[in-house]
Amino acid sequence: MSALVCRNLTKRYGDVVALNDLSLDVRRGECFGMLGPNGAGKTTTVEIFEGLRQADSGEVEVLGERWKGDGLALRARLGIQLQETKFPEKLTVAEVLTLFRSFYPRGLSVAEALTLVSLDEKAGAQVRTLSGGQKQRLSLACALVGEPEMLFLDEPTTGLDPQSRRQTWDTVQAFKARGRTVLLTTHYMEEAAQLCDRVAVVDHGRVIALGTPRELIASLGAEHVVEFAVDGQGSMSDDEVRALPGVEHVAREDGVWRVTVREMHHAVPALLAALAARGLAPTELTTHHATLEDVFMSLTGRKLRDG
Amino acid sequence: MASQPGQYKVRGALTELTLARIRELTREPEAVFWVFVFPIVLAGILSLAFRSRPPDPLPVGVAAGPQAAARMSALSSQSGLRPRLLSPEEASQALARGHVVVVIASDETPNYAYDPTQPDSRTALLLVDAALQRAAGRIDPFAATRAEVTEPGARYVDFLVPGLLGMNLMGTGMWGIGFSLVVARNGNLLKRLIAAPARRSQLLGAQLISRLLFLVPEAGALLGFAHFVLGVPLRGSLALLIAVSLLGALAFSGLGLLTAARPRTIEGVSGVMNLVMVPMWIFSGIFFSTERFSAGMQPFVQALPLTALNDALRSVMLEGVGLAPLLPDMALLAAWGFVSFLVALKIFRWQ
Repeated sequence: MSALVCRNLTKRYGDVVALNDLSLDVRRGECFGMLGPNGAGKTTTVEIFEGLRQADSGEVEVLGERWKGDGLALRARLGIQLQETKFPEKLTVAEVLTLFRSFYPRGLSVAEALTLVSLDEKAGAQVRTLSGGQKQRLSLACALVGEPEMLFLDEPTTGLDPQSRRQTWDTVQAFKARGRTVLLTTHYMEEAAQLCDRVAVVDHGRVIALGTPRELIASLGAEHVVEFAVDGQGSMSDDEVRALPGVEHVAREDGVWRVTVREMHHAVPALLAALAARGLAPTELTTHHATLEDVFMSLTGRKLRDG
Repeated sequence: MASQPGQYKVRGALTELTLARIRELTREPEAVFWVFVFPIVLAGILSLAFRSRPPDPLPVGVAAGPQAAARMSALSSQSGLRPRLLSPEEASQALARGHVVVVIASDETPNYAYDPTQPDSRTALLLVDAALQRAAGRIDPFAATRAEVTEPGARYVDFLVPGLLGMNLMGTGMWGIGFSLVVARNGNLLKRLIAAPARRSQLLGAQLISRLLFLVPEAGALLGFAHFVLGVPLRGSLALLIAVSLLGALAFSGLGLLTAARPRTIEGVSGVMNLVMVPMWIFSGIFFSTERFSAGMQPFVQALPLTALNDALRSVMLEGVGLAPLLPDMALLAAWGFVSFLVALKIFRWQ
């Protein structure tokens, strides 16, 4: 059963097409990630799901309902965290949570919500004294305090230190472990790989790949990436590299080669031998397991962070 | 300190929103100063600057010459004048610079140099002429008796305090509501509250309620200071004064809501606020009477909400009028509040 269904969403801002015929299904109980660079249309999409924006065309159904008017009854079943919210600086953490709790007909106690995001110690502290990570956790607590059936998180860990990011991940995983649904956007592939059961890779307002992180990486047809630069008089073409054993995909950017390979133990010696035969010496040779970042690059030719 | 369930009491959304607004305001020392202290300080300073006191004698210059000594003694015996003996050059310089308001030249028949555009100069001219005529032997046909009237309630400070109250109601109503809404919109807080699910009516309602709650100490502080320290009278009923103040606060809350309905930034809303408020600072009779404006401007002046509020406040405090004569002013205030509230709701930008 689907927690969220959207069909053929289109949204334009003037001449810019933000969403281009986007369709998605989010299943109940899964954590679904929308991965894409900044400007890919993730926030626009999520805010249409949240009933905060109107699509030009297309349909959205959340928890079996469509958005009508204020949508208060549906909102009471959702937890929504926006990309950035500036809470009143002079209110304390507990006061902000109390305020948000008052909007929901039922939910956690303020104390429970504080514990959920490890902010018990900061209950009496004013918002202005919090670190970026603590503010983000407060924001998460405000989204959780109504005990939602479904949680929307827009870039929940952007700009956070590693410790705060891990704490946020733990909280989201605990929420999901109770059978609830999560939809999050991110441009961090680690985050998508860590949290999400399924990922939609979004670029220019459309879904360009969809699947579990493992499926997406497997779709590259190879599990390893070799990156290197070369030094020397000779030259070597893309086709010559592609002809080497175990090589699936070749890309070159700013003098750095990026070669996707199936079997590292065959490909790397062959590559080194081919380079030596042409009078080239490899510099900065690195290898890693293929990631969602590599999936994005092979689909678009761009890096996620470059936007 | 470990949190206990039930440690934090959660009230209704409207109450929580109002409480949040009140906490924000009272924790902002600057806001407390501008709302409560500033009007009192202003009333105090202005009442000192314009306090009623025996009028200063008017300085007049006597040009040195054969008649100078006799003229000096004649003018010295005239109350309200302070004559100075000057050389002819000094005398014309002193007049040009405003150090004296009339100069009596050294000619045998007095020749008065004065500035007819200055009330002080015209007054001094009459006093000088009377003193010199009498010294020359004029007999007044009768000696009129005089009565001096400096009644409390007719002083400048009495005129000023209702105007300051009106100005304060306008300022806090508009800034108090406009600023916080734009900050909340700019920081995505409005959107988040709407998403959360706060009711839009309660969000705006909490703004109005906290505004009205603040009115009590705010108007109370200024009026208390004015009444007990400066002796400004309250001739009408206190209930009517409160009713007029409430209506004024509501009208300007509506206007505050309207000015804050669209702008996304503090700079944007500040511009609109000034556009709305500056004309009222000038035209609505805060510091001087609206009667000084020409008949052609009166329809505009009288249509301003602050003019209506100041008029009504002065009528209650200084003239002690009852409800009936205030109804047109009160109706105008209610109309401003109601219409701007409706328009604001219609065009409000929630994100």
